[in-house]
Amino acid sequence: MKSLKLRIFLLWLLCMLAGSVVVWNSRFSADMSFFLPSKPSAEQRALVGQLQDGTVSRLLMLSIEGADAAQRASVSRELRQRLANNPAYVSVQNGEAGGLEGERDVLLRYRYQLSPSVSPDRFTEAGLRAAVANTIDLLSSPAGLMFKPYLARDPTGELLEVIAQFNPGAQPETRAGVWASRNGERAMLLAQTRAQGSDTDGQAAVIADLQQVFAQVLSAQHRSGMTLQISGPGKFAVQARETIQAEVSRLFFVSMAGIVGVLLWVYRSPRLLALGLLPMLSGALAGVAVVSLVHGTVFGITVGFGSALIGEAVDYAIYFFVQSGRMGLDNWRRVFWPTVRLGVLTSALGFGALLFSGFPGLSQLGLYALSGVVTAALVTRFVLPTLAGAQFCVPAPRPWVHRVLTGLVHAHRLRALVGLLALLAGGYLWQQRASLWDANLSALSTVSQAEAAADSRMRADLAAPDARYLVTIGAADQESALQAAERAGAQLDRLVEQGVIGGYDSPARFLPSTLLQTRRLVSLPVADVLQTRLRAALIDSPLGADKLAPFVADVQAARSAGVMRRADLNGSALALVVDSMLMPVHSGGWTVMMPLRPAANAPDADIPPEKLRTALAGSGALFVDLKAEFDALYSGYMDQAVRLSLAGFLAIVVLLALTLRSRARLLRVLLALVLTVLGVIALLHLAGVRLHLLHLVGMLLIVAVGSNYALFFDRAAGGEPLDAATLLSIAVATLTTAIGFGALALSSVPVLQAIGVTVGPGAVLALLLSAVLVYPAGGRCPQK
Amino acid sequence: MIRRFGLILLLLGFATSAQAAFDIEQLMAELTQHKGGRARFVEKRHIALLDKPVQSSGEMLYNPPDRLEKRTLLPKAETMVLDKDQLSLERDKRKLSINLSSRPEAIAFVDSIRSTLSGNRRTLERNYTLNLQGESKQWVLTLVPIEPAISALLQRITINGSKSQVRYIEYLQVDGDRSEITIEPIDNQ
Repeated sequence: MKSLKLRIFLLWLLCMLAGSVVVWNSRFSADMSFFLPSKPSAEQRALVGQLQDGTVSRLLMLSIEGADAAQRASVSRELRQRLANNPAYVSVQNGEAGGLEGERDVLLRYRYQLSPSVSPDRFTEAGLRAAVANTIDLLSSPAGLMFKPYLARDPTGELLEVIAQFNPGAQPETRAGVWASRNGERAMLLAQTRAQGSDTDGQAAVIADLQQVFAQVLSAQHRSGMTLQISGPGKFAVQARETIQAEVSRLFFVSMAGIVGVLLWVYRSPRLLALGLLPMLSGALAGVAVVSLVHGTVFGITVGFGSALIGEAVDYAIYFFVQSGRMGLDNWRRVFWPTVRLGVLTSALGFGALLFSGFPGLSQLGLYALSGVVTAALVTRFVLPTLAGAQFCVPAPRPWVHRVLTGLVHAHRLRALVGLLALLAGGYLWQQRASLWDANLSALSTVSQAEAAADSRMRADLAAPDARYLVTIGAADQESALQAAERAGAQLDRLVEQGVIGGYDSPARFLPSTLLQTRRLVSLPVADVLQTRLRAALIDSPLGADKLAPFVADVQAARSAGVMRRADLNGSALALVVDSMLMPVHSGGWTVMMPLRPAANAPDADIPPEKLRTALAGSGALFVDLKAEFDALYSGYMDQAVRLSLAGFLAIVVLLALTLRSRARLLRVLLALVLTVLGVIALLHLAGVRLHLLHLVGMLLIVAVGSNYALFFDRAAGGEPLDAATLLSIAVATLTTAIGFGALALSSVPVLQAIGVTVGPGAVLALLLSAVLVYPAGGRCPQK
Repeated sequence: MIRRFGLILLLLGFATSAQAAFDIEQLMAELTQHKGGRARFVEKRHIALLDKPVQSSGEMLYNPPDRLEKRTLLPKAETMVLDKDQLSLERDKRKLSINLSSRPEAIAFVDSIRSTLSGNRRTLERNYTLNLQGESKQWVLTLVPIEPAISALLQRITINGSKSQVRYIEYLQVDGDRSEITIEPIDNQ
């Protein structure tokens, strides 16, 4: 017998050690993927790609405030200069390098590969005459001055044709030669990091570096009173991680301190306290280990949820100590364990329903809680008795417990009042039903409203893209990706002409497919032929053919240079532009992302999706509206959460029906639980909370967790009178659960906060309503 | 030949300057009185590489003090609007909008006219040294850039006018290329 106990203990120890090894080697993450779909559609993949690796995800916006415009400009210049050579940044812009000057050399060198006007016709006598005449016309325009220096090299104006494809759109304001906010009071910079948006470590390093370099610049220039503000997806990711990291330990501490305090007060024994914490710690460890083994990565939010789990998992040890201390271990196993087991099962069903969610964060929370609760119960049942031995003594319930027990006999008298309040709450919620829910995924974001406002202000100041509309293309290799982008571009050109869209960007503009470049290059005549044609074409032109030797030389150079490759763009910002729109996929193949701009006069800057889909039908290119995808994603999660919650609730109902075998008892337990949910929603709404997905999940958890307490009251209805020790154990268990979930209510992470404010008060209300509705009148079942 | 023509105009300016003490302050005050309106313009560009000058013509619209529109009709339609800090160009259905302060050539070629038309001495003196010859009914204002970004492009701007009406503008570029604009107001009052 003793050796069996020892074996059980050793087995437990081994499991805990194995669990610790798994946890030690786990990868923890606090990034957006918590919210991103686990089985994305093609459109959602584009969304995920943009959020994790897209160009926009790598942009950091910087704003310098304080002092005067000249001082800000000077700091902005030096900051850019110091950052420019750091390989951590792909580019740092502050408006100093005016527009495209830096890239002009590359565009000029490859203009015959890049210009959409290059065709055999253009280099015939008539084509040359028309092109040169057009360029001369252009010289009379203000814009022509920019091209005058290239006249002898580029009389057909190919550089203009290439540059005209760029659409710089709106430009930021400029003060003292550098970018400034619209009101001119802040200097603005835009940095693109080499680290991807999903690389939170990389983003954190960049942000720390930015702040350090800014401080260095200030001290080098002996300036003070200036501040640097940084915003952008990377900043938000880093901040979210910091918030979650800080909260995991804080919430755990708050929850732990509360629970330890309560247990010490009840047990009055450090030894019992330590033993009582064991199942809970085992559960928390097992939860992380199982999640790590199943998902590979453990989300920070999941670990944060642990503080609620410990409040729930500690219950089983409380039942064991408080109840078995009086009647002995074997009796406890016979009398109370079935009720505890039923409670464990209802909790497991509630958490288990979440496993099927397509919202990865939610399914992970479900798995974590499920494995944690089951482990805690198993450890309580099989390991704790071994460790505790026969020698433990929980102080007998104090007189107040007996008084409450006596008072409970009259609890049923409150049923009319509860019914009335339930009607009031129900009526109120029905009347408010339109404003109960927040239909926005941003409700789950850790970004505060002030930060979001600052971000959109800086975005507007910098005229930075928000890239809502995209066309995406998947292809087997780079060449076919570029050819597909060119085909989609031809469709989009038509839409631009019709005014359906304002414009679009394409990687093929800066890196045409080899096929297209070859077609352009074969249009270029050899030197002799070109010279002859030029002489004939320009016989009456103000621009004499004899002055165009640089042109003839450049055309020959282009012919012999051949096709331009991606590597030829290295060192210019164009490389970045191409890479941001044309990228290899981890799983093989290439992806093209072509951002679209709405037409200038479009209401709300919208693009009509059906016209885009029709135009692109059959081309393999996919139109994606990221905002619509986000909204659809959230409402998909929401619909699914409703279904899962109902399924979880139904499973609990079936389990209770099978176990209780009494319609009246089942109805009473369910009534108590449903009214608890109703009451909590009404209270939250009264407090001004707009409900979202996680509140809904919280309601499921109220049923799953609250049923444990209702079941103990139900025992009395089943003919087993409630005694003071049992009542004490229920009260203490409810209190620890309320503390555990209540700690989450302090969180600034909306996912955790929502569960906390729902389940914390829910546990207490479930206890109270069960006392009134489930506990039979007079404390025992009437027919027995 | 044509360059000499500009020089003669300049000399004419000198010749008339002796008569009265007409100073920049007075000219600017007079220009401020200009109510704006429409004018026809003809612009000739002399470019070394071309055997003959390129000519364009169209209309100019001025709404003091911030908005200047230059609508070229020949040889090819093109619209240029300078409104406050924003310069927009439209040609061949292509639109380009740039912020003035980031473009020295825009300051050099466009803002100088507007500042002259509006009599904004402060803006002019920020970028140029001013020199005035002649009298109120026949004056010549010369702008020599002091801002390095502008003087890299431009040697000098010469503006002729009568009272508050600008009649002729010449841009002399650093490479010797030159642009002359003659302005004829359209009486629309």
